[in-house]
Amino acid sequence: MRIGLFVTCLTDTLFPDTGKAVVTLLERLGHQVEFPMAQSCCGQMHFNTGYRREAAPMARGFAAAFGGYEAVVTPSASCAAMVREYHPVLAGGDAALARDVAALTPRVHDLATFLTGVLGVTDVGAYFPHRVTYHPTCHSLRLLRVGDAPLRLLRGVRGLELVDLPEAETCCGFGGTFAVKNPDVSAAMCADKVAAIRQSRAEVVCAGDNSCLMHIGGALSRMRTGVRTMHLAEILASGDAA
Amino acid sequence: MSAAREEILARIRAAAGPAAAPAEVDAAYAALPRPYRRAHHDPSATDVVALFAERAADYRAVVQRVTEGELPAAVAAAVAPLASVLIPDGLPEEWLAKLPPGADLVRDEPPLSATGLDQISGVVTGCAVAIAETGTIILDHGPAQGRRALTLVPDFHLVVVRAGQVAADIADALARLDPARPHTLISGPSATSDIELIRVEGVHGPRNLHILIASLSQ
Amino acid sequence: MPTYLGMPAFPQAAKKAVADSQLRRNLTHATTAIRTKRAKAVGELDDWEQLRQTAKAIKDHTLANLGTYLPRLEENVTKAGGRVHWARDAAEANAIVTDLVRQAGADKVVKVKSMATQETGLNEALAAAGIAAIETDLAELIVQLGHDRPSHILVPAIHRNRAEIGELFRRTMDDAPAGLTDDPPRLTAAARQHLRSEFLAATVGISGANFAIAGTGSLVVVESEGNGRMCLTLPDTLISVVGIEKVLPSWRDLEVFLALLPRSSTAERMNPYTTIWSGVTPGDGPQDFHLVLLDNGRTDTLADATGRQALRCIRCSACLNVCPVYERTGGHAYGSPYPGPIGAILSPQLRGVGSAIDASLPFASSLCGACYEVCPVAINIPEVLVEQRARSVADGQKHYSERIVFGASGYVLRSPRRLAAAQRVASFGRHLAGRSGRIRRLPPPLSAWTDTRDAPAPPPESFRAWWARTRGTGQ
Repeated sequence: MRIGLFVTCLTDTLFPDTGKAVVTLLERLGHQVEFPMAQSCCGQMHFNTGYRREAAPMARGFAAAFGGYEAVVTPSASCAAMVREYHPVLAGGDAALARDVAALTPRVHDLATFLTGVLGVTDVGAYFPHRVTYHPTCHSLRLLRVGDAPLRLLRGVRGLELVDLPEAETCCGFGGTFAVKNPDVSAAMCADKVAAIRQSRAEVVCAGDNSCLMHIGGALSRMRTGVRTMHLAEILASGDAA
Repeated sequence: MSAAREEILARIRAAAGPAAAPAEVDAAYAALPRPYRRAHHDPSATDVVALFAERAADYRAVVQRVTEGELPAAVAAAVAPLASVLIPDGLPEEWLAKLPPGADLVRDEPPLSATGLDQISGVVTGCAVAIAETGTIILDHGPAQGRRALTLVPDFHLVVVRAGQVAADIADALARLDPARPHTLISGPSATSDIELIRVEGVHGPRNLHILIASLSQ
Repeated sequence: MPTYLGMPAFPQAAKKAVADSQLRRNLTHATTAIRTKRAKAVGELDDWEQLRQTAKAIKDHTLANLGTYLPRLEENVTKAGGRVHWARDAAEANAIVTDLVRQAGADKVVKVKSMATQETGLNEALAAAGIAAIETDLAELIVQLGHDRPSHILVPAIHRNRAEIGELFRRTMDDAPAGLTDDPPRLTAAARQHLRSEFLAATVGISGANFAIAGTGSLVVVESEGNGRMCLTLPDTLISVVGIEKVLPSWRDLEVFLALLPRSSTAERMNPYTTIWSGVTPGDGPQDFHLVLLDNGRTDTLADATGRQALRCIRCSACLNVCPVYERTGGHAYGSPYPGPIGAILSPQLRGVGSAIDASLPFASSLCGACYEVCPVAINIPEVLVEQRARSVADGQKHYSERIVFGASGYVLRSPRRLAAAQRVASFGRHLAGRSGRIRRLPPPLSAWTDTRDAPAPPPESFRAWWARTRGTGQ
């Protein structure tokens, strides 16, 4: 399959290793991955903070960059949710754009559901001999409803010991601009998420969204917990040769 | 027609559009799909009386199953500790057949004051219908039940439920009632969880609820 | 609402609340317990989703046809012997009720918990008219004795523990038994005794209602303690203040709502007591019944196509009990009788966004969506929050510094070329991190981040720069 990679502005700018891992993984599974240079941002941060006018051109840009692909894969459940749920809203007034968006959005997938749902695989040939716990991000859980796809993928990784995260479904407190507008509540929520991670005794906490991982990881390192964060794609891309 | 009424209705028209014709509104209402279950336990496959007994007991009401024949003795035993018993109008005489001759039976005729009711130890009533799924008793305050204050102020309430009065679930129970009457739905004695979420039983309503379920035979 | 004037914006109020360890402990204990119980109670019904969708449909249909259902309710309540009054706003509602109490010749009333009367500030209005309003819900009594404010829709005194309540009763209740301990059953017994004489002597009762059935003129009050039954049946005069959104079309709709409400709120199959009455019944209960229909911002909310779904709310408080923000701040920080997720969307719609607190409420959420998942009438709270945020930006409410930041970042993010240029600049920032790869301190406003978290150091090369270098730019 010819896959268009939507790497997301955050991963592009701060976490390029996640993008590289997606490429490695999909190519290992025998697919052709392309990175259309015309891509930029899905507009989630602006849309969720109320800046719809600023977000609208990003929806347009996304449709223009990815219109030609059979499948668009992104290592961010929140960006996939933004495109699928809210690009139609942003395209509202423009009939032509609305048509393009409607045709494109069903082909946009977050990584986990692409692997299990579209490709039908749970064993991607990965090897990662560490104790890992999984944090289900709110968008993946409640908006995209990826279900247990990430867990099935993690269980398929050789050498990986998967441990439960207590109160896993509670929000980590990132919430985009919420982390900056309501810093005290955000930090309080993060503190409880970190406490749950400590309780799981995991070495690595994994998620399908770098935004949550940046927030959780920032607290884990500030507190010198010795626990690190890793995006699902990077674990799945790990192998003997890695 | 008050100015406030007219203004509120005008605001509603501005917000939601002019009112459609009543027949149209009723038709739209009747057309609303209702995909939920009418009964969560199929009455033809479940012993709804047993289910009611189990669920009412969950609320820490005292629940006893008796035959119609055993009912008078059971009533007498339940009210034996009470100093006085309030009997509403229309309560079947046979239910009281085994009460000791000297028992202090009080009638609400002429109607007792609130403080008067407060002096009485307990009340015996029937009911209109019971709900098995939720362990609920429904009074419609008709014959054998008395006006609402009678089952509110005394601290002990003995209610007789006949097996045929048990509906499987809420929908069936509500359908058996006349909306014009006042109703009290009772599911266990009163309770509160307001202090640290710790459930404490017995606040303002009767602290003792005793249910006798009478079947034709055991 | 007089008691909420001058409340600080949510972030300021939350800052204080989050540091209150007693409050945090009480809230975590309470909300964890209730939501676990709720999950069990809801899990018993395999048609929960169908019930929920039906409730949503019934409410939406009713709200769209309020112009038909409210007059029908009025007609049937009147036929059943009650009197119906209409109140455009809080002041009018309070004036109507005060007048009715005076006409009944009373200087004291007993009250069942009613959020609508909390909203209108009825107790304060009655007090100004020399009428004492005795709150009879245990939690509302605790709040009243403590000159406090409720912090939760269902368990208003959840911010208080037994020691605080014991101390309060001993100090303020003249008939508290000697040597009253902090044991919850003893405290409850003290409240029972204290209120019993009030109930037995009451001549006027004031309530709200959970539902008002248009087709039969019936009102429904759902409760646990029995104080509702006391106030609704013992006095000779009963006044019920009910929001216009509480109406349901017909009697049979109760089969849906009585299945949803108890399991969502107190996590029981059914709550201890529900009272249903239509107008007046000769010889049974109040012979003088008044229904006061309250607007007070509900028609404004109705006018908003997205926001009006907030009017479906049946006040179960399930959303409060799953909200991670509410769990860490409690209800007072929301500055409204309606706290938590539903409060965040309802208060600004009912009250407008003129105050600091109301303008900040749409942002008091991480948009996690847990509330939407548990709402028995399927209110999409995150959707309404995002809509309100868009409104606040479009109406020019945002500080110019924020508009500049979002304008500038939008300008960069919508263009791949500008984004790539910004990335090249940002990569110099990695030198702030030193060898740890982490940045410990950023300048304001990003210092809000680094106050409690490290920030990642920008990599030497962005993803697109790596791709261009290793794979070429022709895709």
